[in-house]
Amino acid sequence: MTLRLGVPSKGRLQEQSFAWFAARGVRLARTGAEREYSGRIDGLAGAELVLLSAAEIPRELAAGRIHLGVTGTDLVRETIPAWDAAVQEVAPLGFGHADLVLAVPDFWVDVTSVDDLDAVAAAFRARHGFRLRIATKYHVLVRDFLRERGVADYQLADSQGATEGTVRNGTAEAIADITSTGETLRANHLRILEDGLILRSQATLFRARLAEWDAAACAALSALSARLGVSAGEGGG
Amino acid sequence: MAEGDGQVLSAPESAAAGRALGEALLARFAALGAVPVEAPILLPAATLLDLYGEDIRARAYVTSDPGLGEMMLRPDFTVPVVEAHMREGAEPARYTYLGPVFRRQEPGSTRPREYLQVGYELFERDDPAAADAEVFALFSELLAPRGLRAATGDAGLLAAAVAGLETSPARKAALARHIWRPARFRRLLDRFGGRTPLPEVRASLLARLEQAGPEALITGAGPEIGLRAAQEVAARLQALAEDAAQPPIPAAQVAALEALMEVRGPAPEALSAIRRLEGALPPLSAAAGRIEARLDALARCGIAPEALPFEATHGRTTQEYFDGFVFGFTAPGHPDWPPVATGGRYDALTRALGAGGGIPAIGGVIRPGLLAALERGGAQ
Repeated sequence: MTLRLGVPSKGRLQEQSFAWFAARGVRLARTGAEREYSGRIDGLAGAELVLLSAAEIPRELAAGRIHLGVTGTDLVRETIPAWDAAVQEVAPLGFGHADLVLAVPDFWVDVTSVDDLDAVAAAFRARHGFRLRIATKYHVLVRDFLRERGVADYQLADSQGATEGTVRNGTAEAIADITSTGETLRANHLRILEDGLILRSQATLFRARLAEWDAAACAALSALSARLGVSAGEGGG
Repeated sequence: MAEGDGQVLSAPESAAAGRALGEALLARFAALGAVPVEAPILLPAATLLDLYGEDIRARAYVTSDPGLGEMMLRPDFTVPVVEAHMREGAEPARYTYLGPVFRRQEPGSTRPREYLQVGYELFERDDPAAADAEVFALFSELLAPRGLRAATGDAGLLAAAVAGLETSPARKAALARHIWRPARFRRLLDRFGGRTPLPEVRASLLARLEQAGPEALITGAGPEIGLRAAQEVAARLQALAEDAAQPPIPAAQVAALEALMEVRGPAPEALSAIRRLEGALPPLSAAAGRIEARLDALARCGIAPEALPFEATHGRTTQEYFDGFVFGFTAPGHPDWPPVATGGRYDALTRALGAGGGIPAIGGVIRPGLLAALERGGAQ
C-alpha cells in the first residue's frame, strides 16, 4: 500500500517540516487551492502526503492510519498510552523545541525544588482545606512525574490555554506548561523549579509500529530513509 | 479464563463460576451475622480524590455527570460501606457485600478491568485484637482448601517508629506522611539523619534569609499572586530555618528504623526482633504489645503463630489506607497473579470519612474469580 506521511496542516510547524524534508532532497508540497488540505511528495514513488491537524497526528500514528508522522514528543507521550509500543522515534527534527516544566510564583522564595513543592502542598492543604492546584493540560505526563517524585496533596486543574494566568486569576497555585524561552512565565511572575523539567520536547518524525507495513510500504520507507539519511527500522514491529 | 491469560474483560463462563463462588461466600458471611449491603457503583469522585489523591485517577475509571460533576466507577467497597455505616450503622456491626469493582490497568496489561469482590467488614470498638483475629481466622478457614499462602504485617509499626524518633514534630510529620512512598521516605530519612547534606540552594536561601529577613526576601522576589499568601511563605521560611538548626536524628535510631523495615519471619520471631528495637524506638513497645495481643487472639481462634509469616513492611506500597494489622493470601503457583484475598485495619479512614467520629474497623475482600480459576486447576 501507499506509504502515508502525516504532516501538520498549517502554520510554522508545517513550514519547518517542509523545510526539513526539502533540505534532505524530499520536496513536500501542498496541492490544490490555498485552503485545501491535500499534498504530495515529489519524486518518491509509492508515498503520499497527508495534511492533518498537529494535535491529531499522535492519534493517527497510534491507530496506524498513517505510517509516518511529524509531531511533538510531548503530544505523543501525553496522548498515546504505552507510546513506545505504538510508535518509534525516527529522527528529531531540530525545531519546535518546547520544555514541559513545573513553575511556581516568583515570590515563593521558599520553593526551589519539587520536594519543596510537596512540603508546601501539605501545609497548603492543612491551611486551606483543599489540595494545592496545579494547572496544566498535560495530565498524564505531570501526574506520572509527580508520582515518581513522591509528591502528594496536590490536584491537577485542567487548563487548555493561558495557563500562565491561572495563578494570578486564583484558579491554581502552580502550573505545568510548555515553554520555549520562558518569557511568558517571567511576564506572569512565575519561576521554573530547579528540578522541575518534566520533558524536553521537539518536533520529531515518528514511525507507526501498528500501521500496515506491506512490501510496498516497506519499499517506500527504505527509499525515503535513504534520502533522509535516517534509520527507520524494518517496517512493522 | 480469568486473570493473566490475555482476557481483558471477564469471560462469561468464568464470570458465572466466580459469581457462584462469591454468592456462597456471601451466604457464609451472612450466616455469621454480617448484614448484606448494596453499594452504588457510581461514586462521587471528590470523596475518593480527597482520600487517595490524584494518583487514584491512574487506578480508577473517571466519568462525569452533567449535574453532579466527576464520578468514579467503584474501585473498592470500603468507602461506600464505611459511609453507609457512618450514616446509619449500629455498633458493633458486621457487613458483607458482593459485586464488581473496576480498576484501570496499564496499557498492554492482561489483568481484568472489572472483577468481583466479596467482602466482610467488622466495626468494633472494644477489642481490636479479637476483631483482627476474627477476620483473619475467618478468611483463613474459608480459603484453607485452596492451598494459598498467607502473609501478614502491621501498617502501624512504621508509624510508631517514626513517632519515636528524637526530632521535631515537623520532621516526624513529614516522614509519617510519606511512609507509603518508600523512595521519598528514604530521601527524607537520609536528610534528617544527616547522611545527605543540606542542599546548596537551601543553604544559600537561609544565608540570605538571615541577612535580609523574610519580608525583604519575599517582596524583592516578585508580586504576591495567587491564593498562597506571603505570610505562608514567611511561615515556611521560618520553619526551614528551624529545621536547619535541628540536630540529625541519632544514628542508632535511623539504624533501628532500617532494621525494622527488614523484619520478616515467623510471627513470634518477628515479634522478638521488634522487641529488640524498643530501646531505640520506645513507641514500638506499645505496637509490639498490640501484635502480641493479636497473636494470642489468633491462637485462641486456632491459628498457630509459629506458622504465621509476618513482614514489617507487608503491603507498604499497595494498601495505603490501612493503619494496623494487614494480611493477604496469594496463590503460590501463580506469581503473576494479584493476591486472591487482602484485608486490614483502617481506623484512620473511618475518622476521615466520619467527620471526626471514627470507629475502629477491619475488613477484607476475596476475589471469587481467582478462586474459580484455581478450581479449574489454575489452567490460565
